[in-house]
Amino acid sequence: MSGDIAAGPVPARPIPGSGETRRHVLVAVVQNRTGVLNRVASLMRARDFNIESLSVSHTDSEDVSRMTITIHGDEFHVEQATKQLYRLIDVLKVQDVTDEPTVQHELALVKVRATDRNRGEIVSIVEMHRARVVDLAPESVVVEATGTEVEVDALLTLLRGYGIRELVRTGAVVMARGSGSIEEATKR
Amino acid sequence: MTVAKGDGGGRVTHVPSAGTSASDEIERARRDMLHEGRMQKRTRIGADVLCEALVRQGVDVFFGYPGGVILPLYDVLGDYPELRHILVRHEQGAAHAADGYARATGRVGVCLGTSGPGATNLVTGIGNAQLDSIPIVAITGNVPGALLGKDAFQEIDITGITLPITKHNYLVRNADDIALVLAEAFHIARTGRPGPVHVDITKDALQGETRAQHPDEETVVAGLPGFRPTLDGHPRQLRTIAQEIAKARRPLILAGHGILIAEAEEELRELAEKAGIPVTWTLLGIGAIDETHPLAYGYMGMHGWKHVNRAIQSADLLIALGMRFDDRVTGNVKTYAPHARIVHVDIDPAEIGKNVAVDVPVVGDVRRVLRSLLPLVEPVDRETRATYLGQLAEWRLESEGSSWHGSGTWRTGLLSADYVLEQIGEANDHDATMVADVGQNQMWTARYAGYRRPKSHLSSGGLGTMGYGMPAAMGAALGRPDKTTWAIVGDGGFQMTIQELATLVQDDIPVKIALLDNRKLGMIRQWQELVYAGNYHSSEMVGPDYLKLADAYGIPAWKATRPGEVRPAIEAANAVDGPALVWFEIASEQNVFPMMPAGKGLSDLLEELEEQL
Ligand SMILES: Cc1ncc(C[n+]2csc(CCOP(=O)(O)OP(=O)(O)O)c2C)c(N)n1
Repeated sequence: MSGDIAAGPVPARPIPGSGETRRHVLVAVVQNRTGVLNRVASLMRARDFNIESLSVSHTDSEDVSRMTITIHGDEFHVEQATKQLYRLIDVLKVQDVTDEPTVQHELALVKVRATDRNRGEIVSIVEMHRARVVDLAPESVVVEATGTEVEVDALLTLLRGYGIRELVRTGAVVMARGSGSIEEATKR
Repeated sequence: MTVAKGDGGGRVTHVPSAGTSASDEIERARRDMLHEGRMQKRTRIGADVLCEALVRQGVDVFFGYPGGVILPLYDVLGDYPELRHILVRHEQGAAHAADGYARATGRVGVCLGTSGPGATNLVTGIGNAQLDSIPIVAITGNVPGALLGKDAFQEIDITGITLPITKHNYLVRNADDIALVLAEAFHIARTGRPGPVHVDITKDALQGETRAQHPDEETVVAGLPGFRPTLDGHPRQLRTIAQEIAKARRPLILAGHGILIAEAEEELRELAEKAGIPVTWTLLGIGAIDETHPLAYGYMGMHGWKHVNRAIQSADLLIALGMRFDDRVTGNVKTYAPHARIVHVDIDPAEIGKNVAVDVPVVGDVRRVLRSLLPLVEPVDRETRATYLGQLAEWRLESEGSSWHGSGTWRTGLLSADYVLEQIGEANDHDATMVADVGQNQMWTARYAGYRRPKSHLSSGGLGTMGYGMPAAMGAALGRPDKTTWAIVGDGGFQMTIQELATLVQDDIPVKIALLDNRKLGMIRQWQELVYAGNYHSSEMVGPDYLKLADAYGIPAWKATRPGEVRPAIEAANAVDGPALVWFEIASEQNVFPMMPAGKGLSDLLEELEEQL
C-alpha cells in the first residue's frame, strides 16, 4: 500500500493466549443455586479452558458456595477464564490466587494392604508423615493424610510398596494467608 | 414486470383476526365478557402470574405456539387482551420474531413454545440472540415436576440444552416462583450486555394456585448480587484515551452494535466531529452513524469496503466502541492493523483482550463512557486532518468506483443485486427497517442499501442463521409499525422459514419481502468458485414459482427481471397495506466483492476480476 505509514516490516500483533503457560489456581465464590456447578463446568468446556481440578464446597453462609479451580494457561487465557466466569449470573467473586501466599491443602484416604508382619512398619511411616490410621482390618489399614500435594505424593510413594488397594484424593482446596477474605469482598 | 394472478384480491377476508372494524368490536366485547366471567369463577394460577408479568414488563406482542404442557397458559391468555399473541408456523419463527422485535425497538422480545420439540425448535433462535446480544425472554413449558427426569412424553432437558447458549436460564417448578423469576429474566435480558434468558416452567407450576406478588426492580436487583455490570469507564482510562487521540495522526473509530444497544449515536457523532475522526462500522454497527455524514467512512471486514479495510490497516489508532473484534472483522489477527494502538470500550470485560490484545481497555456502557470522555477530548480542526482525510477520500472514490454496477445488470444481462438493494434503499428514503437473511443477500444489504437511522438494519451476525430474515422482519414490523419493513432474502434462506408467509397473512403483518433469487446457494457457490476451484457441489437450488406461491397465500407479488422493473415493483409493494413480495430474478454468478478469504488478513482482499465487470 503506497502512501500508507511506516514502511518496512511490522512485528506481528500478539495473539491472546499464546504466552507461556503454567498452572493457576482460581477461587470462585458463587451463589448456591441449583445447577451452578453445571454452569461453571459447562463454561469451562465450551470455552476450551483446560481445567485440571474443580472442587466445590459449602461456606459458612448457606446461600454461598466456593469453588477451587486449577487451570493451565498463560496470563491472558486465565484472565479470560476469570472474566468469562464473571459473566455467569451466579458468580459473585473470582480471584486468581496463584501468586499470593496461600495454604493449599488436600485430603487423601488410602486403603493399604497390610499383614500382621508389616502393620507396625506402615503405622510408623504414617506417623512420621503426620498422617493417621483411621481404620484397621485384618488385611488392610485406611490412612488419612492431609497436606500439600507434594506431601501427599511423598507419603503415597512409600505406601505404594505395600500395595494400595484404594485411593481417593480431594484435590487442593485453597485459602489465602492473612486476614483478607474473598468471601467478604464484594463482586469485582 | 409480471404481477401475480389475482393480485392478492380476496386476500385475508377469511381470516378472523384481520377482519373489519365491526368484527373487531364484537371480538373486543367477547373478550370483555370472557375476562369478567372467568376471573369471577376462577382462582389465580401460575399462568396468570406469567401473563401479569408480561403485561407489567410492557410486552404488547409476543410470538408462540401451543402444545400440551403450555396449554394452561393458552387457557388464560384470552383474559389478558393487552397481550397480542402471534401464532407462528414454527417455533424458530417465534424466536427470530422476538429477536427482530427486540432489535427494531430496543425492548425485550418474547417467544414461547411447548416442551420437547417446541422447545428444541426455539434453540436456533435463542443461539442467534445469544451471539448477537439480543434481549429476548424465551418461555417454554415442561412436564409436571413429578415427571421430570422420567423421559415423560415430550420431556427433554431443555435447560441443559440452553444453558450454554443463554445469558441465564431457569427451571421453575412452583407457581409461587414465577413472578420473581420473570422479573429477574427481563432484568437480566436487558441489563448490561443484553442477551437471551430462557425460562422453563413445569405444567403444574403453570396450573398451581398462587398469591405471590410481583417484586419491584429494587428487590430484583438485590436478589442478584452476582450481576452488577460496570457502567462508567475508569476516569484514568478516559484521560488516557483523550491523550491517545491527541497524539494520533491516523485515528479511526470502529463502531459496533454496542453503539446501537446503548443508543450512543449522538455521542459517537460528537466524538467524531470534535476530534475529526472518520467512523467505520461492523455489520451490526450499521446505523450507528448516518452514512451520509462526511465522517462516515464505511463497512469493514470480510466483505467490507476495500477503502475501509485499507484505512484500518494503515491507522495508528483504532477506537473500538462496543464491538468485539470478531474474526469476520479482523481476518488473521497477526496482521491486523499492524500500526495501530487500540482503545477498546465494551460493557463486557470478557470481550476486552479476548481476540486482540488492546492498549487501552475501558469497561463501561459506551454512551456513558463517551459522555465522560467528550469534555476531555481536545478539538482537532479539519486543517490538521486534511492530508489524512484527503487520502481516505481518494481511496474511497477508487474502491466505490470499482465495485459499482451502475447499469443495473450484471454480465449475463440479468439484474445485479447491488442495484436492487440501492433501489430499495432509495425508494424508502433510507428509512425502512431492512432485515437481511444470510449469505450474499446479507452482504449486499449491508453494503448497498444506505442507512441513515439506528435500528434500521437487522442482520444475523454472530450465528449467521439462514431463515432469519422473514420471521425477524415480522417482529420488526410489529415493533415499529411506523416504519416500512423490508425482508431481504435469498432463495435458500427464504425456503428455510417460508412457512411464516401464512403468519404474515393471518395477522396482517405488513412485511415487504425482496427475494433475491439467484437459483443458487449463492454464498456457497461463491466460495466454491473462489476457494474450491469451481467444484459446485450442492449449491444449485430449485425453487417454486414464487408468484404462484404468493398467490396461494393471498399475498400480492411482483416479479422483476430487468432494471426498469425494479423500482416500480418496489413501489407497488410499498403501496400495499399488508404483506407483499417482490421476486427479483438476479444473475446467478454475481459474487460479493471484495472478499477476504478465511484465514487471510485485511490486506489480502480478493477483488472482482476484470472480465466479470
Ligand atoms: C441454517 C444455515 N445453514 C447453512 C448455512 C451456510 N450458508 C451460509 S450462506 C449459504 C447460502 C445462502 O444461499 P441463499 O439463501 O440462496 O442466499 P444467497 O447467498 O444466494 O444470497 C449457506 C448454505 C447457514 N448460514 N445457515
